Amino acid sequence: MVENLIVRGGTVVRSSEVVSADVAIVDGRILEVGSQIAAPTGAIELDATGCLVGPGLVDLHTHLREPGGEEAETVETGCRAGALGGYSAVVAMPNTIPAIDSAAVVAQVIALGQAAAIDVAVAGAITVGRAGQILSPMAEMASLGVTIFTDDGNGVQDAGLMLRAMQYARGLGVTLAEHCEDESLAGSGCMNAGSLASRLGLPGRSGLSEEIMVARDLALAEATGCSLHLLHLSTARSLELCLAAKAKGIDVTFEVTPHHLHLPEELCASYDPVFKVHPPLRTKADIDALVAALIAGQIDAVATDHAPHPAQAKDRPFDQAAPGMLGLEHAAALTWEALGAEGDGRMLFEVLSRRPARIARLTEASERRGGQSAHGGELMAGEDANLCIFDPSRRPIVDPAALASRSRNTPYAGRTLTGGIRHTIVRGELIVRESEAQR
Amino acid sequence: MSDLPVKSDVVGQHLLSISDLTIDALIEHLEVAEAFCEVERRSVRKVPTLKGKVVASLFFEESTRTRLSFETAAKRLSADVLSLAVASSSVKKGESLRDTVETIEAMGIDAVVIRHSSAGAPHQVARWMDRARVLNAGDGWHAHPTQALIDLFTVRQAIAAQEGRTSEGTGVSLLEGRRVLIIGDIRHSRVARSQIDAYVLAGADVSICAPGTLLPTGPADWPVTVVEDLDAALAEADIVSVLRMQEERGSGSFVPSLAEFTATYGMTDRRAALLRGDALITHPGPMVRGVEISSMVADDDRCLVRRQVSNGVPVRMAALFLALSTPEEGIRG
Repeated sequence: MVENLIVRGGTVVRSSEVVSADVAIVDGRILEVGSQIAAPTGAIELDATGCLVGPGLVDLHTHLREPGGEEAETVETGCRAGALGGYSAVVAMPNTIPAIDSAAVVAQVIALGQAAAIDVAVAGAITVGRAGQILSPMAEMASLGVTIFTDDGNGVQDAGLMLRAMQYARGLGVTLAEHCEDESLAGSGCMNAGSLASRLGLPGRSGLSEEIMVARDLALAEATGCSLHLLHLSTARSLELCLAAKAKGIDVTFEVTPHHLHLPEELCASYDPVFKVHPPLRTKADIDALVAALIAGQIDAVATDHAPHPAQAKDRPFDQAAPGMLGLEHAAALTWEALGAEGDGRMLFEVLSRRPARIARLTEASERRGGQSAHGGELMAGEDANLCIFDPSRRPIVDPAALASRSRNTPYAGRTLTGGIRHTIVRGELIVRESEAQR
Repeated sequence: MSDLPVKSDVVGQHLLSISDLTIDALIEHLEVAEAFCEVERRSVRKVPTLKGKVVASLFFEESTRTRLSFETAAKRLSADVLSLAVASSSVKKGESLRDTVETIEAMGIDAVVIRHSSAGAPHQVARWMDRARVLNAGDGWHAHPTQALIDLFTVRQAIAAQEGRTSEGTGVSLLEGRRVLIIGDIRHSRVARSQIDAYVLAGADVSICAPGTLLPTGPADWPVTVVEDLDAALAEADIVSVLRMQEERGSGSFVPSLAEFTATYGMTDRRAALLRGDALITHPGPMVRGVEISSMVADDDRCLVRRQVSNGVPVRMAALFLALSTPEEGIRG
C-alpha cells in the first residue's frame, strides 16, 4: 500500500554530494528533499538518524529459482529477501526450469514480479535451454524489455557461437553477460585449484579457467563492439584483464560478489558445502586485489549471485553438492565492510545501486517491463521513490533460521555484520520498516 | 593380555586424517597394534574388548581388503558389525548421505567405518553424528589414514627385524630420518596423501616422483621434495612406496599410455636392481603387475605387500579400540 512518508534525520547520499536532509514521499514519488521540511499529509515518520539514505539497491545477479525451483526460492520469497537487504530491484537470472529463453517465460517471470515486493527485471538466456548450441530468440525477449542476456551457471563454451551471439546482440542494443569459466579447464572442479585443493583431495577449478574466458570475451567484444558484462569475477588477473580492456575503450563492465570480497578458499577445508560456489572462493591475494579495486572505485557493481539451494542439495559430499550461496540479505553490510566501513557512503551506493542500475538499464521507468519504476536515482524531487536506508551502526548477527529466503545456505552464519538495512521503500511503499518486512 | 596405558588425548577421537593426529597419537596407534598382534597368535583369536559395541561399516565405494580387514578387526574385538550394502540400500533410492548416516546412528551404533568416493565425506559424517566415532576407510583422493598407519607399522617391523630386535616400544625412532620415496599417481592417491602426513610426522624425509600430470598441484607447498631423476633417488631410498595407477579415477588419461608410464616410472626389474639391499618396498594393493610394479619385484623379499595386508587387522583393531575407548578404560584382555 502506498502511503505518504517522511524520512527524517538521515544523510542523503547523491553521486556528487552528501547532505543532511529529510525526504518527503507522496504518491510513490519523492516530493521534496531538504532540511526540516514539512511532513506530507498523514505521512508516516521514519527515523533515519545516523543512517545513509540512498537509492534502492539493484542486484544484477539474483537466482529467484521460479519457475521450476520453488523449493529453493520463489519470486515472492526472493524479493522479500531482497527488500530486507535494501534492494528495490533485482535482475532474475534465466537458469530456471524451463530456462528463460522465450517471451513466454519472460512474461511469466515479469508477471510474478509484479506481485512481489520489489521490481524484478528479467535476464534472458543467450542460447536455447542454456545448452550452448542455438541462439535464443533475443529480439522477441528484448521486445518485453529484456536488456541482459546470459547463460549464467555456465559460460558459452563455444567461441564461435559467442561471436555470433555478440554480433546479433549488438544489433539489438542489448548486453551479453558472461559466466566466465572454461569447462575444459574447470571440469568437475569444486574449489579453487591449488595446493590446498590438492591436499584436501578435491578437484580444482582454476583461476585460469575464468581468466581464459575473460580474455576470450574481451577480444570478442572488441571485435564486435557488443556491450559485455562479466559476471562474478573472482581473480586478480581477471580484474587486471578487465581494467586493461576498459582503458582501451572496450564496452565492458564487470561485477564482483560479496563472497569473493570476503571469503577465502581456506573455508573449504571444513568440507562444508555451504562454501562451495562457482567460481570458487579464491586466495587471500585475490581478495586483496578485489577489495583494493573496490575501494579505488574500479569495480562497476557488487552483485550477490544470490543462489538459494534446499538442504538436500547441500547435505551432500562436497564434490556432489550444488554450488552457490545466499547473498541478498547481507550484501550491503558486507560491501560496506569491504569498503572499510568508512567514507560518506557514495561508493556504497555507486556499486550497489547507481552503476548496476545503469548496466541493467533500470534508470528509467518501463511500461514494457510491466510498469517497473526507475532505479539508481539521485534522490531528487520527482523521482520514483526507491530508497535504501542503511544504518552503519547496526551489528546484526546472521541467523540462518531467521532469513526470509526459502533456503538457508548462507556462508555467514553466526557472523556479526557491520551495518544493516533499517528501512526499504519501493515505489513509495514502505516494504521494510525497522528491519522488518511489511509484506 | 595385560592392561595397556592409554593417553587421554588419543582416545575417543574420530580418525579422519593423519593430519589430525599428534605424534603421541601416531605412536599410540603403532604400539597398541603391536599388542593386538599377540591376539593374532592365540588359538582363539578374539578378545572381549569391544563387547556390546556396534560398528557399522558403510562402504559407498567398492573395496575388498579394507572392508574385510576392518570387519575382521571389529569381530576380533567382539564388536557387533553392521554392514551396509550400498548397492541394495536406500542410497540407491536417492536417500541423502546425511539421512543415511543419521538413520544408522539412530539404531544405536558406536562407530562408523566409512569409505566414500568423495573427499571429505567422513568429515561431514563426523559433523552429523551425535556420539558415534567415525573412522575414515578412504575418501576420494583425500585420505586413507589406516593404510598409512599399516605402512608405517609394517616398515617399522621390517627395519626392527633387519636390526635383529623387536619393534615394540620403539615409537617412531626406527622411522626418523629415513628417506621415503613415493612413486606414481600421487595426484589421485589418498594413500600418498596419508603416507606423506604420516612419514613426515614420524620424522622421515619424503620425496615424490611422478610425471607432471600426476604430481599434486603446488608441490612446493607440500612437505616433500619433488625428484626428477628417479634412478638416482631409488639408489638412495630407504623405503619406496609404489602406488597403483588409478584407472578408475581417470589417471590413465594423464599419461600417453600405461606402457609409457611403466617405462618411465614403473618399478621394473631394472629399477629394482638400483635399490640398496636393505631397502623396503610397500604397495597399498591391489597391485597391477606389469604396470606400476613388475611381477618379480612384487614377489621380492624386500616387498612388504603381504605383510601390509596381514598387519591390516591389528592396526585397524588399534584404530577401533582407540576411537571407542574413553580415558577411564584400558584394554581388558
